[in-house]
Amino acid sequence: MFGMEFYVDPSRCIGCQSCLKACEECDTHRGVSMINFDFVDREETIATAAYVCWHCDNPTCAQVCPADAIKKYEDGIVGSSLKPRCIACSNCVLACPFGIPKLVQQSEQMMKCDMCYDRTSVGKRPMCATVCPSQALAYVTPETIAANRREKPVNTFWFGNQKITTKVYMMAPADVTEVAIDVADYVWEGDHELVPQAF
Amino acid sequence: MAKAPADLNQLHGQFGPHLNYTPPGGWQAESHREDEKLIKTHCCFCGQQCGIQLKVRDNRVTGFEPWEDFPFNRGMLCPKGVKRYLQGSHPDRLLAPLMRSDTGFRPATWDEALDFTARRLRELQEKYGPDSVAVYGGASLTTEKAYLVGKFARVALRTRHIDYNGRLCMVSAGTAYKGALGVDRAPNPWSDIPKAEVVMVIGANIGECAPITTDYIWRARDNGAKLIVADPRFTPIARNADLYLPVRPGTDLALLMGMLHVIIRDGLTDREFIDANTTGFEKTEESVAPWTPGRAAEVSGVAPEAIEKVAHLVGESRRAMFLHARGLEHHSKGVENCEAVVAIALATGNIGREGAGPVMVTGQGNGQGGREHGQKCDQLPGQRSLTDPAARAHVAGVWGISPDELPQPGYTAVEIMNAIHAGEIKGLLSICFNPLVSLPEAAFTREALEKLEFFGVIDFFLSETAAHADVVLAGSLQEEEEGVTASLEARVIHIQKAVDPPGDARRDSEIICDLARRLGRGEFFPFQEPREIFEELRLASRGGLADYYGITYEKIDAQKGVFWPCPTLEHPGTPRLFEGGRFFHPDGKARFMSLTWRESGDPVDADFPIYLTTGRVVSQYLSGTQTRRIGALVDQYPEPKLELHPRLAAQYGIATGDWVRITSRRSEMTLQAMVVRTIRPDTVFIPYHWPDRRSANRLTHRTLDPRSKIPEYKVSACRIEKSAASAGDF
Repeated sequence: MFGMEFYVDPSRCIGCQSCLKACEECDTHRGVSMINFDFVDREETIATAAYVCWHCDNPTCAQVCPADAIKKYEDGIVGSSLKPRCIACSNCVLACPFGIPKLVQQSEQMMKCDMCYDRTSVGKRPMCATVCPSQALAYVTPETIAANRREKPVNTFWFGNQKITTKVYMMAPADVTEVAIDVADYVWEGDHELVPQAF
Repeated sequence: MAKAPADLNQLHGQFGPHLNYTPPGGWQAESHREDEKLIKTHCCFCGQQCGIQLKVRDNRVTGFEPWEDFPFNRGMLCPKGVKRYLQGSHPDRLLAPLMRSDTGFRPATWDEALDFTARRLRELQEKYGPDSVAVYGGASLTTEKAYLVGKFARVALRTRHIDYNGRLCMVSAGTAYKGALGVDRAPNPWSDIPKAEVVMVIGANIGECAPITTDYIWRARDNGAKLIVADPRFTPIARNADLYLPVRPGTDLALLMGMLHVIIRDGLTDREFIDANTTGFEKTEESVAPWTPGRAAEVSGVAPEAIEKVAHLVGESRRAMFLHARGLEHHSKGVENCEAVVAIALATGNIGREGAGPVMVTGQGNGQGGREHGQKCDQLPGQRSLTDPAARAHVAGVWGISPDELPQPGYTAVEIMNAIHAGEIKGLLSICFNPLVSLPEAAFTREALEKLEFFGVIDFFLSETAAHADVVLAGSLQEEEEGVTASLEARVIHIQKAVDPPGDARRDSEIICDLARRLGRGEFFPFQEPREIFEELRLASRGGLADYYGITYEKIDAQKGVFWPCPTLEHPGTPRLFEGGRFFHPDGKARFMSLTWRESGDPVDADFPIYLTTGRVVSQYLSGTQTRRIGALVDQYPEPKLELHPRLAAQYGIATGDWVRITSRRSEMTLQAMVVRTIRPDTVFIPYHWPDRRSANRLTHRTLDPRSKIPEYKVSACRIEKSAASAGDF
């Protein structure tokens, strides 16, 4: 949908799982939910988090696919595996730094969030972000986010010296520009790029 | 005799609850077919009444599409709303009237079932008097149906005893607001919430019980508002609270009186507002004088510093809002709890303006509309009093009867069950109510039901209560009959008929009118369509507090809802009440009340040392008649669990997953433990949506608030012990 971007803010999530339920109503994968949802540690906290695929600019899942079954489309959306090509090897499931792809046993292929391609391609918002009662998942314009939220969108992530930029944004505290949680991303060894917070 | 059939396994095999996971035709069939209808209507569940579009094909609801243009929820839905569409084609759906047989239930014709129902009701009334039969209604009914149920009881059946399951939901707040402000309604539209500087949520698990309201609260925070959450549990919205107050169950009044004490002591009151727009401030002032923060802290378990802080946050703000729900109301002092919240709003002048006011978060689908038009034991349409001669004359005039024919107020919902148990009431006709799951002390309710000489039920599934019936009249789902509801904002909205009832099931209003005819009162129930009922309701409510005279179905569609009161066809409706400090009492002033502390009706002691509180989970709705049949919702939270703090768990050697026997002064039950740091260490929590061995209401007690007659679900005393295994399902 023109001008809209996807924003994830786990701090707004109330754990209702509406996204999970609504995802399986989506026409391209009816009955199968593509949302990644976690109780962070239910004994310790009420905190929950719901995620969609981050739709990487240079998707690791596609890089590691031996069957060339994962395609990134012109609008930046990374699709589920192509059924005729996917060999259900799980390389992508293991390689994705965000832990997004799932091997769906019944269809023997990798499936994941395709940002409701059937909906977004005809001007509708993705099902999860439309129904989300807390707007932890939001599909709106960058101007709307900038005008209304205290947190700021970030789409650069570090995973042990692997720098990944994504189509989907994470809402982060206002002074954070890139997200890195691995100490390796802060360690100077002379020859590779480091997260800006390392300096 | 209204005993359930002996073989419950056979009954469950026949009538469920079974789990429905897939839309009619299966997941794959639907996605490739075109030419479906999209019906703009509303969710059938909670009081938020979110807009939703139902997909319809071949007279079946096959799915949903978000309705992003409806202003309240703008497409947002909770998981119950997402999956609500799976009921119409559900295999458990009752498709014909049922009569009791020797072994269970058998299908019957409508003539047989309706004739039998009318005959039995008439026989009991002839033998024992008109008040020997009672009617139970429900707050998930459309307003037309609720109105019709009230009129049916008083005009067709001519009994005093009509009440509804809203008695378990909203009545403490309703009584408090009516007494203090002159009308029973949330004063502010929800669009005020993001405009508040301070949002205090007390006794309301917003994230799970009113999920869409979360977005309003988060938007308030985005705008810089401070969020205060008072609850014995660290509920999902508490994760972003600026101040979390871990109030001990049953002690909200102490916390609120402590706040009022500080507000008055530190000069944070709005004297000008109090003098100009209220009466009785000295009564509240006197009540809270002894409630220093130290005393309030000792009773409530909230730190004195936190009480000082919250009092100052609220008292220093000109835009404070207060959201409260069952956590404040389900107490034997539920009315006082709500009066105290209203008193804080009045004392600080935080009412009747944008972003300022106390609001009750109504729970049931038509919790607001269902209590306005004559389903309550003491009310007539338009929120009129049944004891007011002028009100009686007005409504009797609309109905074409003499005011003398109108019965006087009867018993409330729990009192009706008490009178059945005592043998005073012999017959019951119930619609949209599952008291075996929802009333306190389930064993008592079961004993009472078994004493009924006649029990008739109108329902679309065979609920646990309906299993006790002599006759079950197969009624309609919300999407099978047109009508209106009023949301928790008092926004009157239009429920569209999407499909006809399946099989031989009938529209609820058709069933009620048919019964009235068989009772010889057909002339007062000539309605063919809900619209005709609504037209009469407009007249009956005219000039009352809940004045619907200016509302039409067409106006609702054009405005996307009309807030009552709406006295004329030209009137736009009233989103915000009390602007300019004008209240609904004859003198135009709000009233402060005396607030008196009382212990709960089931106090903890050495034998029962732990507080038990009950409530809901996000994936289930009320007694679960509908949501325990939807697979995706059951999977999310399949069984009730006992929530307890690691400190309490360690004391009893309990780990997550262990079976725990919980015993109260009424009964006991065995559940699996869920050890969480998100609850007070002196309190355990059980959600209440399940029947039989899994019913939290086995343990709760029947103490009522003396004015609202709401049961004290939110605090009981119990003890716990580790148990070897589950005690089985029944």
